[in-house]
Amino acid sequence: MRGVRKAFGAVRALAGVDLAVCAGEVHGLIGENGAGKSTLMKVLSGAHRPDAGEIALGGRPYAPAGPAAARAAGVAMIYQELALAPHLSVEENIFLGRERSRFGFRRRRRDAVRGVLASLGHSELDPDAPVSSLGIGLRQVVEIARALTARPSVVIMDEPTSSLSAEDAEALFAVVRRLRERDLAVIYISHFLEEVTRICDVYTVLRDGRAVASGRVAETDTAALAEKMVGRTLDEMYPRTPHTPGAPALTVRALRGARLPAGVGFSVRRGEILGIAGLVGAGRSETVRAVFGLERAAGGELEGPGGRSVPAAAQTPRRALAMRLDLLSENRKTEGLAGGLSISANVTLSALRRHTRAGFIRPGRERRAAQRQCRALGIRCRDVSDPAVSLSGGNQQKVALARLLHHGADVLLLDEPTRGIDVGSKAEIYRLIRQLAAGGKAIVVVSSYLPELLGICDTLAVMHRGRMSAVRPVAAWSEQRVMLFAASGRDAADTRIRTGG
Amino acid sequence: MRPARQPAGRFRFFPFRLRGGLGPVIGLVFVVLLFAVLGPAPFSSLYNAKTIVTQTVIVGIGALGMTFVIVSGGIDLSVGSLVALSTVVTAVALNALTGSGGAAGPAAPLLAALAGIAVCAACGFLSGLITARLRVVSFIVTLGMMQIARGLAKWLGREQTVMTPVNWLQKAMLVDPEPGWLLLAPGVWLMLGLLALVAVVLKYTVFGRHVFAIGSNAQTARLCGVNVPGRRIAVFALGGAFAGMAGVMQYANLTVGDPTAAAGMELDVIAAVVIGGGSLSGGEGSAAGSIVGALIMAVLRNGCNMLGAPNYVQEILIGAIIVCAVLIDRLRNPRTV
Repeated sequence: MRGVRKAFGAVRALAGVDLAVCAGEVHGLIGENGAGKSTLMKVLSGAHRPDAGEIALGGRPYAPAGPAAARAAGVAMIYQELALAPHLSVEENIFLGRERSRFGFRRRRRDAVRGVLASLGHSELDPDAPVSSLGIGLRQVVEIARALTARPSVVIMDEPTSSLSAEDAEALFAVVRRLRERDLAVIYISHFLEEVTRICDVYTVLRDGRAVASGRVAETDTAALAEKMVGRTLDEMYPRTPHTPGAPALTVRALRGARLPAGVGFSVRRGEILGIAGLVGAGRSETVRAVFGLERAAGGELEGPGGRSVPAAAQTPRRALAMRLDLLSENRKTEGLAGGLSISANVTLSALRRHTRAGFIRPGRERRAAQRQCRALGIRCRDVSDPAVSLSGGNQQKVALARLLHHGADVLLLDEPTRGIDVGSKAEIYRLIRQLAAGGKAIVVVSSYLPELLGICDTLAVMHRGRMSAVRPVAAWSEQRVMLFAASGRDAADTRIRTGG
Repeated sequence: MRPARQPAGRFRFFPFRLRGGLGPVIGLVFVVLLFAVLGPAPFSSLYNAKTIVTQTVIVGIGALGMTFVIVSGGIDLSVGSLVALSTVVTAVALNALTGSGGAAGPAAPLLAALAGIAVCAACGFLSGLITARLRVVSFIVTLGMMQIARGLAKWLGREQTVMTPVNWLQKAMLVDPEPGWLLLAPGVWLMLGLLALVAVVLKYTVFGRHVFAIGSNAQTARLCGVNVPGRRIAVFALGGAFAGMAGVMQYANLTVGDPTAAAGMELDVIAAVVIGGGSLSGGEGSAAGSIVGALIMAVLRNGCNMLGAPNYVQEILIGAIIVCAVLIDRLRNPRTV
């Protein structure tokens, strides 16, 4: 690949990427969330067309018209969300869409299935077993087998271990090595550095849509890679509003979920902004969602602003709201907002009783309260009775925040508060978060964008595979140190990446 | 970055939402005008108008209950069976009350009707309980309830119609009511009263807001502390109670309890809600819209009869109207899939 560019509207996802992948090698592609890894692979697999640049495959120019053309040309993509039909059998899934028939009857190709499964080291898999009966690790094997039956020359794996247990991941590495032995080129996308150093031969680091470093894995180490993944200047987006932490508002002890988190404890005080950093799949969202009762906790204890301890397993959103906690969902569309309802209905939903008398809503009162919040947050709308979906992404996010402010909780759990919104709205939300902290609220911010956390938070903790680092003042962290813990679970408190501060 | 400008003092009749409110009314005016032009003279008479309104009552009351269910994102297929069950329970209770005490007081029909409504509310409660607590989709639960309620009705009625002594309930659906100063049948007044009640509950109460929120996005509702299962159960119980009231009116119409009555009526009821702007994906619908939807279907049936058009023409027309109503709605808001 040479000089590949891709922009979505004003957002430049790829700004001229060069990448060379050879047959018989596993090429690790690493980078932070949003660095452009997935976009690059979508260009390769034909899902997106590049705006500029050229790609060659086996010496010939390669410009797939779509995913089907890419598959035909020999590029197989294995997505992080598995795309199998659970009710069909292993064989049916492997040949789905490419069935061969005789007089309209489907022909069995059990031998072909057995062959490809054996080549992956899984000859024990029954071609007739329904996919729903397989564990997630074996489903991935089926997915890879499906890709291999198209006889590809390049296999792309996008975060293949993100939903696997350690054991399944180990089995997957064996499969990847077999692919290399078959002289295939494997592009392995991951943000788990220890995986890359274990199974990849060559690495390329993407940052802000550019390939900033590449080389042989054998000649580098995890810490050096972490340094290459960050290395960005801090934006001037984070105005400091002075605020001083007060009494503890929320204390979480030994919180465990069904899978994630795996024993997490932290405390946040009034007037403090605590950031939780980490990579996708580390269990950050699961942690705040379990605190709020949106996901059932398996164990742990929560102590709210009232000073009363409750078992985390009994938490529900209603109880959390009564404890004066509130949560901003990372997923605005499916959870954060009722898009079809009016702006005012969304703003007042969690504290509607404030505008009622004997169960009857007082429309004038509700309307004025919604208008007050819209003015306070600078939400640009024609009328508060318009449906929430009629607003832009940034304004929708402010409506969701307006609901938290209207409810007036003491502890705000903000999950990806600036996801998918424009830069201007981001700056406004940062300013708002700081003002809220100055006003005495305790705030927990989960974000995948590290500079943002370093910019607005007072204290920061990092998560890696369900575990949390110590909570430290933000000045004690550097981007490199955060990235090292996020990607490897190693805390570099005493190693060479010490910050003087 | 100016704050949102608000038109000061502008009177808004529907503070919640006006969108989609007018379409069904235009449809109703259109079909009325169509038959007034095409049809024979009797269509345009006052008596016929009263007939149409009276014919709307049973489906209309059922549709008001269904509006709660559909706005909350559910569906209730048991309405037709519940109507039949209600006629039978009402008739059986009436016979029990008059039979044992000898002369029936004026209270007996009322108690019998309440018994019919209560049984249907209980059935709805059960459907809601299973839907909300055990998380089985309402389509399946109420499909089962449809069979169960029909079976209960046949069991209670010993597989035949239940005759009852003459009583005032049987006059509730007369097109020319007694006494004459009522102008419209008592059943029509009941429907109008319930219409006002449901409209107010949906628009101006916390319960109504929660029903909309659950239908629009149940996850958001949960996030905001709404008791989603509790509200869902209440919604189905209400739907059952309304089906029970529709059943009492059906009893008034038939003057007997009939376990085979109202077969397939749930589809008319659902059609009324959908024609009236209800969305089967939840979060949309209104009481007035559902009544207008029921009226549109009653006008079509009546007008076709007056024209002497065969039954199948009505069926084709009503089918086309249902699809068109939803299609127009989709064209207006393409965002919903």
